[in-house]
Amino acid sequence: MTTVTLTVNGRPASADVDARTLLVQLLREHLHLTGTHVGCDTSQCGACVVHVNGRAVKSCTMLALQAEGAKVVTIEGVASNGKLHPMQEAFREHHGLQCGFCTPGMIMSALDIVNRKGNNLDEHTIREELEGNLCRCTGYHNIVKAIAAGAKAMR
Amino acid sequence: MSASSIGASERRTEDKRFITGRGQYTDDIRRPYQTHACFLRSPHAHATIKGIDFKKASKMPGVLAILTGDDIANDKIGNLICGWMVLSKDGSPMKAGPHPALAQGKVRYVGDSVAVVIAETLDQAKDAANAIKVDYGVLPAAADLAKARDAGAAQIHENAPRNTIYEWVIGDEAAVDAAIKRAKHVTKIDIVNNRLIPNAIEPRAAIGEYDQGTESFTLWTTSQNPHVARLVLSAFIGIAPEHKFRVIAPDVGGGFGSKIFIYPEETVCIWASKKVGRPVRWTAERNESFQADAHGRDHITHAELAIDEKGKITALKVKTLANIGAYMSTFSSAVPTFLYAPLLSGQYEIPSIYCEVDGVYTNTAPVDAYRGAGRPEACFVIERIVEVAARELHIDPAEFRKKNFIKSFPYQTPVASLYDAGDYPGALDKALQQHDYKNFGKRKAESERNGKLRGIGFSSYIEACGVAPSAVAGSLGCGVGLWESAEIAVTPTGMVEVLTGSHSHGQGHETTFAQLVSAKLGIPMDHITIVHGDTDKVQFGMGTYGSRSGAVGMSAIVQAVDKVIAKGKQVAAHILEAAEGDIEFSDGRFKVAGTDKSAAFGEIALAAYVAHKFPTAQIEPGLKEHAFYDPTNFTFPAGTHICEVEIDPETGVTEIAKWTAIDDFGTVINPMIVEGQVHGGIAQGVGQALLENAVYDKNGQLVTGSFMDYCMPRADNLPSFDVDYVFTKCPSNPLGMKGCGEAGAIAAPVAVINAITSAVGHENVPMPATPNAVWAAIQKSAKLRKAAE
Repeated sequence: MTTVTLTVNGRPASADVDARTLLVQLLREHLHLTGTHVGCDTSQCGACVVHVNGRAVKSCTMLALQAEGAKVVTIEGVASNGKLHPMQEAFREHHGLQCGFCTPGMIMSALDIVNRKGNNLDEHTIREELEGNLCRCTGYHNIVKAIAAGAKAMR
Repeated sequence: MSASSIGASERRTEDKRFITGRGQYTDDIRRPYQTHACFLRSPHAHATIKGIDFKKASKMPGVLAILTGDDIANDKIGNLICGWMVLSKDGSPMKAGPHPALAQGKVRYVGDSVAVVIAETLDQAKDAANAIKVDYGVLPAAADLAKARDAGAAQIHENAPRNTIYEWVIGDEAAVDAAIKRAKHVTKIDIVNNRLIPNAIEPRAAIGEYDQGTESFTLWTTSQNPHVARLVLSAFIGIAPEHKFRVIAPDVGGGFGSKIFIYPEETVCIWASKKVGRPVRWTAERNESFQADAHGRDHITHAELAIDEKGKITALKVKTLANIGAYMSTFSSAVPTFLYAPLLSGQYEIPSIYCEVDGVYTNTAPVDAYRGAGRPEACFVIERIVEVAARELHIDPAEFRKKNFIKSFPYQTPVASLYDAGDYPGALDKALQQHDYKNFGKRKAESERNGKLRGIGFSSYIEACGVAPSAVAGSLGCGVGLWESAEIAVTPTGMVEVLTGSHSHGQGHETTFAQLVSAKLGIPMDHITIVHGDTDKVQFGMGTYGSRSGAVGMSAIVQAVDKVIAKGKQVAAHILEAAEGDIEFSDGRFKVAGTDKSAAFGEIALAAYVAHKFPTAQIEPGLKEHAFYDPTNFTFPAGTHICEVEIDPETGVTEIAKWTAIDDFGTVINPMIVEGQVHGGIAQGVGQALLENAVYDKNGQLVTGSFMDYCMPRADNLPSFDVDYVFTKCPSNPLGMKGCGEAGAIAAPVAVINAITSAVGHENVPMPATPNAVWAAIQKSAKLRKAAE
């Protein structure tokens, strides 16, 4: 067991983990932040996307120990003071979710797309950028609309 | 906040918790002193188990128990069941082989569970499972559906010679043969409906817990129908008596049919929780989902369509081989029979239809209902053969359809279905107009100028939802009734709890059901809570599948709400000092007709509980009503989808250029949610047509065992969809609803294939129509053209 110390959603956190513990296991099992989901174990589905030092990362692909000293933001840290983030609002307004399981990863990826590509996102760009996030419910139609609207609202 | 209305696109109540990461799925639940299960699965498709050596594994750190099929047998845990009896044409019952939760003596597919390790941590359980040594006697596998009934094929279950479970028929063979003989033209097709893996993004999961004090069990599980799970686990598998057994299906991350069934893993978790005396949890890894979730589709079909000199269809003959997999899953028998053949008439007047279906065992994962369940397979047969027939006869496919559409209702098909209402020409015309069909030629010419091929495909689909009534389902072999329950519990302050037997796993019931009750009772939606998915709260229910929760589940709610209003009127008569017959209820108020005297819903709720002002000998205190609703018929959603594709002939890559969907779902409660259901359905249908395919090799190894090998539809594979409606009211339920959950998945695959075949000028394009398959079809088509020149 090794102790890993990091910042999660603005608060200090630490846990004793095995060398083989993944970042997503640290978040879910040790810190009880169960909003980050595991959908595939092979870095394909994107349900586990979180931000590590400002960049979107599939947290099933990173060892917990690699996050030593990092600033991690999960879906639980996106709203502030009980107020939804504009991207969260957009997913609700545009019906960008059904079962909700892929949604945390979708929102974390969407925020990363805006960080990298700006607030004016066309449909083609959004669809290409969502390559790493699988949704089985929505057919992506409303996710694409939600991300375009959320990006604009973040201006 | 005022009351909602039917037809309003209310934003979803449940979204708040999902977009903030506060949803609670089964794997998010933590129980005190919980333990972890890891299943050891067979790497062979077919083998005898000569021995299992777990001496070393059982001494490894953290290991609490290792259980095998012998323990299942010793504890007299019953086999998993198939709940729908299907008879062969000779009257003999289907030949279901035993399906123990852990293999006994033999494994029959890759992923069959051989043992379970229960340990303090998941890693310890996995490490120990790796250390178990199983001595397999590997047998030849019968993995290929087309060859599984050959002489000399491996025998999977002793009681099913030639791996044949049933030979089922429907319709009048002699009449069909005579019509084919008389026909001016006969179109023949051979099709394979490709095998799919459902892949809800939330993997299946279960937590079993035994309470020694009360001798009762609790199972948290990813189920679309927790009451049915409890019934089967109690009555057939024998875990515990029903009243000592609670099943909770909390937030469930998509189902698409795959979470209807009662699987080995939850059976083992709940059984083992008593053996180890602590909660036992398991969550599938995605490779387990691929191997051991029930798969979908997998038919091989030959069909013949007879057409007379006037271009009218006179008969349809269909022969289908249906892959059931290695064991009969919960509803596997019904999917390729009763949920398939009764839809083969499509939207057409076809005087005679005959269909034979052979259910076949193979050494592959069990096959059961997947979004559409039998109906996409039927739609594919009829819409493909109608399209090919129109092309062979050089008639516009839209005109050929119109000429043969059913135009008056009710309409009795020759395959049992009694269509109640519809407007098939209306939907097709609206689709043609909205799609701008008349300018398709111009768009095609433009594509050709750019060196591309362009094609258009129709799918005038029909489906049957809300399988019912119960007596009919029973007469066809279904082991349960297919009604739904609802309870409306009003609190003294006028807040309303709606308990429903339906289960929401993405469909938005917490919104639409509240919207309905809000509209009926005239109270704000935020005064209403929807309770579902817990057998300790909801007394009984049948769950959600087959697009039944609107037509059946909401009808039960209407029935219960009407009882609440009737009871409220009795109370209001005393409060307002008027005759009960003079009390009217509208806009959330009980009113005395012809006066300005009235009382709000909340006031009457309070009066009902305080019970000061009415004779409690005649009127019981309180305001809580229950209803069981059994529909009078299936519902028949229908419509036309048009898919337009552009294909690069150099690479065979197909791009969907345009999609128009015109659906008739009857009454729509929340258009936003309904459109979302259509989008998702089309995406799964396009996935089947272009991308997805579950592949086993000849030894029964699953070649497509991860998202790296099995191509799921991604955002950049799909277009945006143009979705609109026509409306005919369903006469079989009080709201006039038909159901919308599966329409897209039923309509879409054949629309895509009709479009591709139209573009490439060659009818033989398989699903999935990968670039390689489309390119090969183009080469054949080019050769055909050259040969003709």
